Amino acid sequence: MITGIKRDHLRFKQIVKGKIKQNLKKYISQGELIGRQGKDYVSIPVNQIDLPRFKFGKRQQGGVGQGEGAPGTPLGPGEDPAQQQQAGNTPGQHAMEVEVTLAELAQMLGDELALPRIEPKGQGSINSSKYKFTGINNVGPNSLRHAKRTFKQALKRQITTGMYDPNDPVIIPTKRDARYKAWKKVEKPENNAVIIYMMDVSGSMGDEQKEIVRTESFWIDTWLRSQYNSIDIRYIIHDASAREVDQDTFYHTRESGGTLISSAYKLCNEIIDKEYPSSEWNIYALHFSDGDNWSGEDTKLCVELLKVELLPKVNQFCYGQVESRYGSGQFIKDLLEHFKDEERLVTSKIESKEAIYRSLKEFLGKGR
Amino acid sequence: MAIRRVLPEELQSAHTEIRELARGYGLETFDIVFEMVDYDEINEIAALGGFPTRYPHWRFGMEYDYLQKSYTYGLQKIYELVINTDPCYAYLQVGNEMVDQKLVMAHVYGHCDFFKNNVWFSKTNRKMLDQMANHSTRIREYQDRYGVDVVEDFIDVCASLDNLIDFYSVFVGPKAKVPQALDKQIDEEDIARPQNAGFQYRSYMENFINPAHHVAEQERKFQEAEMKKAKFPHLAERDILKFLIEYAPLKNWQRDILTISREEAYYFAPQGQTKIMNEGWASYWHSRIMTQHILKDSEIIDFADHNSGVLSSSPGQINPYKIGIELWRDIEDRWNRGAFGKEYDDCDNGPKKKAWDLKLGKGQEKIFEVRRLHNDVTFIDAFMTEEFCERLKLFTYGFNRRTGQYEILDRDWRKVKNQLLQGLTNFGNPVIRVEDANYENRGELLLAHQHEGVDLEYDKAVETIKNIQKIWQRPVNILTKYNAQPKVLGFDGKDIHEKDA
Repeated sequence: MITGIKRDHLRFKQIVKGKIKQNLKKYISQGELIGRQGKDYVSIPVNQIDLPRFKFGKRQQGGVGQGEGAPGTPLGPGEDPAQQQQAGNTPGQHAMEVEVTLAELAQMLGDELALPRIEPKGQGSINSSKYKFTGINNVGPNSLRHAKRTFKQALKRQITTGMYDPNDPVIIPTKRDARYKAWKKVEKPENNAVIIYMMDVSGSMGDEQKEIVRTESFWIDTWLRSQYNSIDIRYIIHDASAREVDQDTFYHTRESGGTLISSAYKLCNEIIDKEYPSSEWNIYALHFSDGDNWSGEDTKLCVELLKVELLPKVNQFCYGQVESRYGSGQFIKDLLEHFKDEERLVTSKIESKEAIYRSLKEFLGKGR
Repeated sequence: MAIRRVLPEELQSAHTEIRELARGYGLETFDIVFEMVDYDEINEIAALGGFPTRYPHWRFGMEYDYLQKSYTYGLQKIYELVINTDPCYAYLQVGNEMVDQKLVMAHVYGHCDFFKNNVWFSKTNRKMLDQMANHSTRIREYQDRYGVDVVEDFIDVCASLDNLIDFYSVFVGPKAKVPQALDKQIDEEDIARPQNAGFQYRSYMENFINPAHHVAEQERKFQEAEMKKAKFPHLAERDILKFLIEYAPLKNWQRDILTISREEAYYFAPQGQTKIMNEGWASYWHSRIMTQHILKDSEIIDFADHNSGVLSSSPGQINPYKIGIELWRDIEDRWNRGAFGKEYDDCDNGPKKKAWDLKLGKGQEKIFEVRRLHNDVTFIDAFMTEEFCERLKLFTYGFNRRTGQYEILDRDWRKVKNQLLQGLTNFGNPVIRVEDANYENRGELLLAHQHEGVDLEYDKAVETIKNIQKIWQRPVNILTKYNAQPKVLGFDGKDIHEKDA
């Protein structure tokens, strides 16, 4: 049983997590969390949970300070010096940062959206190996010497050779007494996954659209990461031609010019063929665009590519159509027309940040 | 609980030395027990308000989280922690340097002398450590019986009301117990019409002695008085917690928790009321004891460094330690020189005032008298002078809506003093009373905020009313002002409503 402050602290953390959960919908659409991502956790700004009391409105109240300066000298923007005025009287308002692991966040997302767990295909087709200490060896490097076992051995030797004196229990290990930790290689089957993001960066995609894509992909990453042991993520941008880029470029590039969606699909297909044989990998391809393809001809080509090449290889192909200030294009309708009953293709219209929530559900709700 | 470490030899002897010095100066304390704790333990104890035996509640965990993080990131560190009990417990942090430990000990002697002798502390329970443990046991029992969440929710409500007490009522003593039933109270009031003048007069005099308009006026006054009488509570009640404990329809365990909450609020109240004095007093004494006796040559730099850290003030903030110690020294100096009283005040010759010295030598006597009788409000009011405000470069600041910044407003010492006093009055809390427990003749509760120029923070006020409603169970209203317009803000269990009053 935990007592004292540790229990109160634990309870407090539970309450905070509860708050985050309550407000998850808000966090999902605002994309506040992305800039705060560490390696395994996100730090989430939470207003201090405080107990309401009757108190004075701060701005009217003013206070007393100490130091130089003529009347009219500013003391700092909107900062509240009153906080310190009675240092220690009242526990002040602290804005808090709560660190939540990505796994926990994914769990919350899963609960919130009622997402089904993904059943990976290609059961355990890829082996990963780990090294584990399993026993004791007579030889080994000094860094792995097992002190306790070494001394035990020395004690045994001293007793058997009569060199041990209980009144003066000095134990001196010799080189032969040394024992070392021994290890073994353990092979473990794992399911691996790759996410390939494609984004239209033609002139019509503005910053707001990219923000939506960023937020959406952050949550998709978070969820898929929680479902697979390891994940590769690749990024492709395209206007009239496509190229592979790193994450930063992906989110920040802005090109002008026309849109040939097929260019991206081709490149995506190449990458899959080259590096991710579909028998061994769970492949997720996501494409975001405003839906303004250059020509009907190209759209036909895209449909062809999807049907023949991409869809048979991937777990799921998601197409998200973001609405730009030039309106929304035709592409989503074309896709729906051609792939009415295709389970592996999911489309979603994302008109605004608020729609991210629904769209995530559409993309991830299939459990594929 | 963690295992407490015994004081090492070196500290033990330092303690003895400091104790004797403190006694020599006339400080009079309870026995002081110093305990060694590490930073984690001191954060824990501090988060619990100084009492390791406090009842379970998440807000202590929140405070702990904050202390722990600010310690880890090197933002702050708790030097001293002392609680007002007999014997007095104080904590020393294991990792501190020797010179810090001695500083803390001397400081604690100052605090403890203050606890023991200041009149505002005279009613506090010096066995609070045991009392807190009792509270904890009771609350745990309720948790076992009624469920952790249920009890926690109720503690949340109680904690949100813990500033609704009457800081001066501890000196009033128990009032006569008011009868439980509200209607009974009204029935038992004598109702008497205004009597005619008590002497014989001729009937023709009637119109002169009791002119019609006078009679009507009397009747109206009487009716008004009658209405007031019928009002419950009879006089507006400052101790709202007490009122709720006595009259709200609570279950027994709830009433008990509210009582606990009130009791602890009263225990902590004097510490809030004497922050500046108390910290100033302790700093004054640690500084004297350390510099006049204890410090070795090799320690002087560290001492000066840490001492200046404690007393530092950054622009736009005031440090109660700094204001406190300066004011104490100022009082001592003025009473040593006889620089007070009518003759001194009336003198308007600056240089002469500065050089004023009657060789009175009453400084020590005076500060001991002041530490016995005053609290922060009276302390500042009585002893903060124009010269003092100028010397410490004090100013008032306020929020400028136009620039969105806080700005220096004024350096006039009367304004500074006024502002400071305003912030300290009622321990910086709005004055709120129970005005009527049968508001609108519907059993609603009406609270009244005595508006003195600063509006209540709206969101917080709304949330607090909701909490009171949970206790009172009938609608709860508060009469206050927003932007100079009197308003009644109410919550009926479902909606918040607002109307001009």
